[in-house]
Amino acid sequence: MSIDTETARRVAKLARIKVEDDALPALASEFSAILGFIEQLNEVDVEGVEPMTSVTPQRLKRREDVVTDGDQQDKVLANAPDAREGFFAVPKVVE
Amino acid sequence: MTDLSKLTIAGARDAMRKGDVSSVELTQSYLKSIEGAGALNAFVHHTPEIAMDQAKAADARIKAGDAPDMCGIPLGIKDLFCTKGVASQAASGILEGFKPEYESTVTTQLFDAGSVMLGKLNMDEFAMGSSNETSVYGNAVNPWKVDAELTPGGSSGGSAAAVAADLCLGATGTDTGGSIRQPAAFTGTTGIKPTYGRVSRWGVVAFASSLDQAGPMTKDVRDSAIMLEAMCGHDPKDSTSADLAVPNFEAALTDDIRGKVIGIPREYHMDGMPEEIEKLWKDGTAMLKDAGAEIRDISLPHTKYALPAYYVIAPAEASSNLARYDGVRFGHRAKLDAGDGITEMYEKTRAEGFGPEVQRRVMVGTYVLSAGFYDAYYNRARKVRALIKQDFDKVYASGVDAILTPATPSSAFALGAMKNADPIQMYLNDVFTVTVNLAGLPGIAVPAGLDKNGLPLGLQLIGRPWEEGDLLNVAYALEQAAGFVAKPAKWW
Repeated sequence: MSIDTETARRVAKLARIKVEDDALPALASEFSAILGFIEQLNEVDVEGVEPMTSVTPQRLKRREDVVTDGDQQDKVLANAPDAREGFFAVPKVVE
Repeated sequence: MTDLSKLTIAGARDAMRKGDVSSVELTQSYLKSIEGAGALNAFVHHTPEIAMDQAKAADARIKAGDAPDMCGIPLGIKDLFCTKGVASQAASGILEGFKPEYESTVTTQLFDAGSVMLGKLNMDEFAMGSSNETSVYGNAVNPWKVDAELTPGGSSGGSAAAVAADLCLGATGTDTGGSIRQPAAFTGTTGIKPTYGRVSRWGVVAFASSLDQAGPMTKDVRDSAIMLEAMCGHDPKDSTSADLAVPNFEAALTDDIRGKVIGIPREYHMDGMPEEIEKLWKDGTAMLKDAGAEIRDISLPHTKYALPAYYVIAPAEASSNLARYDGVRFGHRAKLDAGDGITEMYEKTRAEGFGPEVQRRVMVGTYVLSAGFYDAYYNRARKVRALIKQDFDKVYASGVDAILTPATPSSAFALGAMKNADPIQMYLNDVFTVTVNLAGLPGIAVPAGLDKNGLPLGLQLIGRPWEEGDLLNVAYALEQAAGFVAKPAKWW
């Protein structure tokens, strides 16, 4: 399947990665090559096969639904590029 | 006085217990070697103060007589592991300046056992690569050299280079598609990826969560057994971590493999595979036969679909895992222009912070998960993955104990050699290793010979799930028979 520049633009947008217009054709052609490689999978008969979800059949462990952690606001914010008054700060989201 | 740089983990453990050498002496010696090895670009964050504190504490424990095997052993830690208060960047610009407030479970266990952290090791960005050329720190360089500088492989390239150049006694690695085994093969070192779920993923920066497993990279099989044991174990903080007892892996090394059935999968004879790799594989097969194993031809019919399935599943999981790098909670945030909103912040931050290979995989993953393509790509790949696992299940059910294959389709290649190749050429490096991740099995790379240029070549053994002890023993028998002792000539 061949990917056009419009699709490349849409995928970049979905992935929230800024790609300049002049870089889109090269990106589209890379996608096409990779998807062409992936398309070998169409040769496989997968009729009736369940998609694999976990490597070993095991029931996920459960624990009591109680608070076991918390009260470490300073640590949570320690690596933030912009933290103010105990919050993560971001550009204005609501007009 | 013995040359401390030539010791193994087992040798250092025994020497420290006897009082012949202290952890402080060992640590000082390795810190000095690291200082002189800048040309390899293996260590990217140095932690000498932490190392010396840990070494002193280790010496006290050893003196008291209750020290575990890994006590006092100087290690390198792959940059993918979060280490408290120490830069942990996954070799990415987007985690510039990130110093975790917590310690990964693997490093916690190693440090609780008394191990010493010399520093953090180079790798491919977010473990995405097979040559250590996607790192924000620049290339790690293979201590093995023929004319041009060679790749140490990837993604655990810094780990492999550091162990091969005697800059540490062992290193942590991680393996999502071959990232422990391929670099081990390229550097004449030993590396094991355990069964998925054996080692906790908590605190290891995630790439593809259903494939990622950590493991040791060491100078020989015995050291891998010792270090792996210290890394394994159930962890309530990783819901996929298996609640199984961890055996004494070193005790499994008996060198007796009589009666073991070794499978040789016919699908691993690739078109265009170099003569030397075929020969290495034949020689390895003969060694195991001579050691008393039964050799059996087997078929793993879906092998050729492993790489394409991997290049759907891994990018899909990566696109989801890497969504967290948004410039809000940690790491890099792009400088914004007046009027930029939150979407521009995400887009600019991720464009600046992620390198080209990471961007490519995140976008491929986004595409295969997007509306209308989820079934055609992602679900189909997961079904093919189930078939690949069934191939192995059938072979093991028929009585095969381990499978012998080449580790890589070539020896180490020159840095920059793949610069203009399309990405798929690079992906082919993992052709023999990626099946093992998809099936969740344990796999080990053991150095077994040299190519015509004098570069190391490795063989891979694949084991039954949860039977790392047995697998290590077969690897040990292969190692004893192959007698690989070559070391790179020091040029750095």
